Amino acid sequence: MQEFFEATRLAFALAFSGDADLIEIILLSLRVSLTAMLVACIIGFPLGALLAISRFTGRGPVLVIINALMGLPPVVVGLIVYLHLSRAGPMGSFGLLYTPTAMIIAQIILIMPIIAALSRQVIEDLHNEYAEQFRSFSVPRSKAVRALIWDGRYSLLTVALAGFGRAIAEVGAVIIVGGNIDHLTRVMTTAIALETSKGDLPLALALGFVLLFLALAVNAAVMSLRITTGRISNV
Amino acid sequence: MLSLKTKELTLKYDKICYINKINLILEPKHFTVVMGANGAGKSLLLRLLHGLINPTYGTIYWNGNPMNSGIRKQQAMVFQRPVLLRRSVAANIDFVLGLKNSGMQDKRDEILENVGLLEFRKHPARMLSVGEQQRLALARALATEPEVIFLDEPTASLDPASILAIEKIVKNAHTDGTKIIFITHELGQAKRLADDIVFLHQGKLIEHTSATSFFDNPSSEPARAYLEGRIIL
Repeated sequence: MQEFFEATRLAFALAFSGDADLIEIILLSLRVSLTAMLVACIIGFPLGALLAISRFTGRGPVLVIINALMGLPPVVVGLIVYLHLSRAGPMGSFGLLYTPTAMIIAQIILIMPIIAALSRQVIEDLHNEYAEQFRSFSVPRSKAVRALIWDGRYSLLTVALAGFGRAIAEVGAVIIVGGNIDHLTRVMTTAIALETSKGDLPLALALGFVLLFLALAVNAAVMSLRITTGRISNV
Repeated sequence: MLSLKTKELTLKYDKICYINKINLILEPKHFTVVMGANGAGKSLLLRLLHGLINPTYGTIYWNGNPMNSGIRKQQAMVFQRPVLLRRSVAANIDFVLGLKNSGMQDKRDEILENVGLLEFRKHPARMLSVGEQQRLALARALATEPEVIFLDEPTASLDPASILAIEKIVKNAHTDGTKIIFITHELGQAKRLADDIVFLHQGKLIEHTSATSFFDNPSSEPARAYLEGRIIL
């Protein structure tokens, strides 16, 4: 127990020391996960909206598959992306393996189903409210999708947060496709895994605290934005 | 101007007949009020005429043509509970003006001015009172410049001032040439507004006659009972 408290004390000292390596790791983690979240939202929101408002044969199985993909194992995603990006793979010529881009691709694949499935539910609820009025105005499908995403934006922020949380916290995919290379692809989760295996618990704990703090700060920022703007717009 | 003719219009769900073989002809210029007890099929009839639901059988002709998307674009509907977008008052109008690619700002302000909501243009639409929300819903429907507008009990649960405000807007639209099909339970309101009355009972068309004739000399027992405030089953 004494060792844990000592490690915690050192962790706090390190976290507030402004250590250049630590900052580099934090910034790369944010860059990778925020980019993945952004791209996944750009794809996932319209896909979720289309699934919400469309009725077609096979819609049920499609929804089941999208929902099932929310639980994609990160190591499996990492492996599949690895196979595609490795020299012998179909995208090997791009030379993306062991780069932040590869990590972003893996995280997009991991969180896009989460964003699509959750936004489908949010938008379907909103569409149930709007559907008859939209039909009355003969609103084209593309405009309906845009309107539903815009009007559901505060709820969709929470969906985006769920995706971000999954991305920033996962380790399996990014360690396979990123390789945890110092000063290149080392992010917080891979660094925590490495430092723990090396026995450097203060650094691992410091990274863990920073990760928790970041997750908390991003959530708090989005929630306060949602509450403030939501109150203004009465939504 | 769109004239309406229905032939054997019927709507059934699970063997229950909600609209029963309605044959109806509506003149394009008349202010038509649809009346009947709760469950008579008034709202369903409006949804059928507007093409929001499809009949089980029977046909609807607008100017001799079956209902299609082009005809629906010449119509608008205001629901009993206004469905407003989660946006500002102005953005709600802009949304429908955008559908028609109309010149935006000037027209929007003119529309809001006409319904007395210009000063609220930047307010969130859902922060308005129920009466103001209904006026906005009506303004938004009129912004599409429809030839026919369906109103499903637009003044239910509104105070007298709000009712009069809505009536004034609807009457102005009618004067400007829009065909009005209006559901109400208020006998006074029907007398004030209607040129002709469509009276439904248990999904059937019982009477379609001029307002004067309907109120002075109803020809059916259900209509007499309804006007006298007796419970009809």
